[in-house]
Amino acid sequence: MTVLAAAADQPTLEDFGTDVWWIVLIKIVGVFGILVLLTLFAIVFERKVVARMQQRIGPNRVGPRGYLQSLADGLKLAFKEDIMPALADKPVYFLAPVIATIPAFLAFSVIPLGPVVSIFGQQTPLQLTDAPIGVLVVLACSAMGVYGIVLGGWASGSTYPLLGSLRSAAQMVSYEIAMGLSIVAVFLYAGSMSTSEIVAAQADGNPVSFFGLEFTGPGWFAVLLPVSFVIYVIAVVGETNRAPFDLPEAESELVGGFHTEYSSLKFALFFLAEYINIVTVSALAATLFLGGWRAPWPISIWDGANSGWWPLLWFFLKVVVALFVFVWLRGTLPRLRYDQFMRFGWKVLVPTALVWILAVATMRTVAREADLSTGQVALFVGVPIALLVLGGLFLAGRATNRATRIAATKAAAGSNHPTDAEPEVLPPSGPRRRPARPTGPSRAEGGFPVPPMDLTVPPSPRLRRREAVAPDGAVVGTGRRSTTTIEEDVDDRAR
Amino acid sequence: MNPEVVLGTGEAVVFWVLAPVALAGALGMVFSRNAVHSALWLVMTMLSLGVFYVVQEAPFLGAVQIIVYTGAIMILFLFVLMLVGRDSSDSVVETLRGQRVAAIVLGLGFAGLVGAGIARATQDLAVTGLAAVQNAGTSNIEAIAALLFTRYLLAFEVTSALLITAAVGAMVLAHIEHEPGTRRTQKELSRARFLTDRPQTLPGPGVFARGNSVAVPALLPDGRLAEDSFATGIEPQEADQMPRPTGRGQLGSPDAALGTLDPAPSDTPGGREGGQHR
Repeated sequence: MTVLAAAADQPTLEDFGTDVWWIVLIKIVGVFGILVLLTLFAIVFERKVVARMQQRIGPNRVGPRGYLQSLADGLKLAFKEDIMPALADKPVYFLAPVIATIPAFLAFSVIPLGPVVSIFGQQTPLQLTDAPIGVLVVLACSAMGVYGIVLGGWASGSTYPLLGSLRSAAQMVSYEIAMGLSIVAVFLYAGSMSTSEIVAAQADGNPVSFFGLEFTGPGWFAVLLPVSFVIYVIAVVGETNRAPFDLPEAESELVGGFHTEYSSLKFALFFLAEYINIVTVSALAATLFLGGWRAPWPISIWDGANSGWWPLLWFFLKVVVALFVFVWLRGTLPRLRYDQFMRFGWKVLVPTALVWILAVATMRTVAREADLSTGQVALFVGVPIALLVLGGLFLAGRATNRATRIAATKAAAGSNHPTDAEPEVLPPSGPRRRPARPTGPSRAEGGFPVPPMDLTVPPSPRLRRREAVAPDGAVVGTGRRSTTTIEEDVDDRAR
Repeated sequence: MNPEVVLGTGEAVVFWVLAPVALAGALGMVFSRNAVHSALWLVMTMLSLGVFYVVQEAPFLGAVQIIVYTGAIMILFLFVLMLVGRDSSDSVVETLRGQRVAAIVLGLGFAGLVGAGIARATQDLAVTGLAAVQNAGTSNIEAIAALLFTRYLLAFEVTSALLITAAVGAMVLAHIEHEPGTRRTQKELSRARFLTDRPQTLPGPGVFARGNSVAVPALLPDGRLAEDSFATGIEPQEADQMPRPTGRGQLGSPDAALGTLDPAPSDTPGGREGGQHR
């Protein structure tokens, strides 16, 4: 019953490219408006959620409960001074933000927002366009978006932006590979690269019979292809330059990264492009792995959930959940070091994705030859293998963390030196070593440094004021603290 | 031309808009002095080609053109060009006499040869169109996959072997052999640092000093040199320094810079007593 209802609403590739021109115009304006509004929302949402995670209130001045803050910020940005650095390459400096923004908007055109609906009497799918290569359009757009960042950094004619843009070029190219590979398994299962057909492929659950017990497993590719999903999530965080992978704009190292020299509307365009990219990859995650606009399980029991305009709600709920994960990562994880980051991308993500594609393709072939259903394969092959791998990872993790765990146990039991000095300790580095002070416990006991334990509160400088002269005649001390330091030294010696 | 194949209106419009763009990109790539500008012009041409592929019912080829050529290969080009330096424009001095004229003549001749050859070869070719070649019901992607993994499998495999060889070769050339144990790991370095008396960073040159050269050590508050700030491998030098102001008389009052007031401002800023500065 639900299958039939779904089939009626589900757009196919033939439904696209036949719209009247004003429907197309409405859809274009709609997608544009959705993206801009989602950007405004995402900025406030991020600031509020991060504030809650850090025990702060967050923006609360502009508009009701501060929800118009990003609108005010956007207006403020537009009225700022537009600075053109003297060393900038002018045409490229001007073009870079535009190049970054246009592909960001384009990529959203293939994201399906809902089923076939009626707009002013016209039956049309809630999706600007689709093609047999739908998902590749998103990949192509993100590939073009790299140019904006790279050129912006180069054209600024300054060191930090150049370093930031070099980092981002390397980062986005390498994480794009992992992202592309993670999607391949979805293509294999859905049998299509078109986004609307991938959503359709997740429409129905997989009927499974577990020793006579019949039930319907979930159809989401996040459940069927968990490895792909995890790799995709990690890769898009790197692809969108978000924390903990925000090395191109690492504030503590590169000022602002590629957009250090940008101001006013050009900076606003970069900002817009970054948040639109986040929204787009979130929407793509929902489309590819979380069932698209289709209602999640408890709601999908209701027949009307997957028809009409309701799916818009499910879709945007999924997008907001994905946005929340982005914010959550930013609020939780510290930034990676650059070499660790690249090693992770090339030596962990890409090989894992390759092995996973091999396994998925093999299982597909075996299942087809042996006439097994997807649900059976997932239950009787996937689950045991997943348990084995997870168990192995757990044991390996315990083995590598053994020293830390023992140290933590000792520290919890009250040990002063949780990290025992190891016998093969290397000599201290560097040519300059001051002899340790005779007073106080030695700091070089293998543990972390402790402050001197015999600190006394110095007497107030207001009580005694004397000429600050050391015994050998040299003037010691500076400013108003001089008297007290001398007093302290004398006291120490007397003791 | 085969009269059955009709150029659609949209296709014609796209062609006449994008063909000049693609040509302009190609010419701009040849004529711009700046290497990065050249690369950008080339990107424009490649994008136009990608759109042409899509319009001619080969969407997969178009997407791959954009992802692989513009997205990956040209980015790597840019990567190298940016490292070369932004001011390295082409020199206009001819090192070989007559080189430019010869290059133009040869280039035109080559273009003429290739163009004429292709024109001759495709003159009376029957055009069937993609839809007829790809069996009805299979999409462009499936048709490409079927050909790639059956008829052209050997060429496909050989190409991938070539690419892998190139990648491995580049890695071997760039690889530097490190004997295990010759370099301290980050963990060892960190532990060694915490065993010293100073786990934090060393003071840089120029703290309290009047020069910012790496050879100028930092000064302690009493005027002695801070030994911690000596740069490794550089003898500390007495660089040209501004004379060290001694006392309020030479430093002057910070308020003095703001002009005079009536009555004359107090010499002790903020009314603080005993503000003795050296």
